[in-house]
Amino acid sequence: MINSKGMVAQLLGQDPGWVIALKGLLIFIFCVVLTIMAVWGERRIVARMQMRLGPNRVGIFGIIQGLADGVKLALKEDLIPKTADKIVFIIAPIISATTCFMAFAVIPLTGEVSFFGHKTVMQLTDLPVGVLYVLAIASVGVYGIVLAGWSSGSTYPLLGGLRSSAQVISYEVAMALSLVAVFIYAGSMSTSDIVVAQDRWWYAVILFPSFAIYCISMVGETNRAPFDLAEAEGELVGGFHTEYSSLKFALFFLAEYINILAVSSLATTLFLGGYRAFPGLGFTETWLGGWFTLFWFFAKVLIFFFVFVWLRGTLPRLRYDQFMQFGWKTLIPVSLAWILIVSTLRVMSDQGAPQYLIFGFAFAVVLIYLVISNYSDNAKAKLATDYKNFTPENPEFPIPISNRTEQVIQIRDEAKK
Amino acid sequence: MNPYVPILAIGAIGFGFAVFSVAIAFITGPKRYNRAKADAYECGIEPSPSAAGGGRFPVKYFLTAMLFIVFDIEIVFLYPWAVTFDQLGLFGLVEMILFIATVFVAYTYVWRRGGLEWD
Repeated sequence: MINSKGMVAQLLGQDPGWVIALKGLLIFIFCVVLTIMAVWGERRIVARMQMRLGPNRVGIFGIIQGLADGVKLALKEDLIPKTADKIVFIIAPIISATTCFMAFAVIPLTGEVSFFGHKTVMQLTDLPVGVLYVLAIASVGVYGIVLAGWSSGSTYPLLGGLRSSAQVISYEVAMALSLVAVFIYAGSMSTSDIVVAQDRWWYAVILFPSFAIYCISMVGETNRAPFDLAEAEGELVGGFHTEYSSLKFALFFLAEYINILAVSSLATTLFLGGYRAFPGLGFTETWLGGWFTLFWFFAKVLIFFFVFVWLRGTLPRLRYDQFMQFGWKTLIPVSLAWILIVSTLRVMSDQGAPQYLIFGFAFAVVLIYLVISNYSDNAKAKLATDYKNFTPENPEFPIPISNRTEQVIQIRDEAKK
Repeated sequence: MNPYVPILAIGAIGFGFAVFSVAIAFITGPKRYNRAKADAYECGIEPSPSAAGGGRFPVKYFLTAMLFIVFDIEIVFLYPWAVTFDQLGLFGLVEMILFIATVFVAYTYVWRRGGLEWD
């Protein structure tokens, strides 16, 4: 039973070579099978949300539809456009597909299990900087996107690749900031230690704002609806992979789904207690522990995946400028402020500050928030009335309210005087 | 054993799979050459000349990349502080408030100069 920090690292240090190789292979198979199932599951769920049936012909309930799609793609012609930079064009999907698997190396899938008679955990390796490693690998994955867009030698993929990479790096800032509070509470960056530190409360409960910011930015990070601007069909055909066909396209598809699973797994590990059972159900590691912990992990990841599909079935796509503004102007300052609040509260309780001081601080924070939101509401209301009175040429179409409009209003008003 | 060795193992598996897929598609797929098929896809019209290399793109993307580097380094500085937070106590908190305030000045500057605007 794992109940102290550093235990997993010690346990994993004793793994012989064959266990590591077998675990690596199992995680790889797990990812690929899960992707095939996820493609089918997503199509079925979205179909249900749109009052359709979805794929139900290949295999029972259409369950091997994803595999059939893969086989079909393999039998398609592998085109390389003549304007493409051939070497980079071939390398780009390989980079994407390689890095997405690597993120799973540090995710703890189970608690302590007996693996062919060898005591270990289903986690490939445990790094002291585990979460930082996942973020680094996600950054390397951007190379696949940007190189694919650039090397195609075509306009749409270039724009899609640029959009996509700008989006991924912007939301990575917010995502990385949301994790700081978790590290403060866990006192570690190792994924397994963070799971151990959540033995009483999940961080999704006590650090809810961090969890919310992480959930928003993970959708932006994986280029999924409503943030799938990189492949906005109406504008960019297919985004960075427009020129790709056959299995090279399949690799990008695979990478996208494995990235979804990777960010969901990271969210599960950091905020939902990883492989631990839901609290309050009375499940302990001794009773229904071992391999059964995989079930809990799996259930939590699937909940996240369902939310991804749900979002896609529900929300329309954002406009690009609004999307980038939301990332840079809302998520980043909010997460910085949240880090300051959390760390101040933590120091206060560590130093044994009296209760009234802690409550006073919390009260002050709420007060400051109310003042700021009131101020911004007033500014918005003013802008809205300005906008209502703004009818120079009587435009029939709505004009987006932005700073630019505000400037236009000012100029018009001054001209009127 | 070095904890980074297993990462190489799964990296090698993923890389092998990716290379195998790319290679097998050469063999299994048909090859019917046709001039129009090798053109860049632009919804059926004649493709515009030289997108990549000679193709230009808005400088805004470059700016975003630079901003990302600035803020990402800030976050990397926050991480070791967060991990050793309990040992540092009040001193660490004050130091980090000063650091975040300094970065916030840069952030406000970028905002007011319109570095975060897209239109």
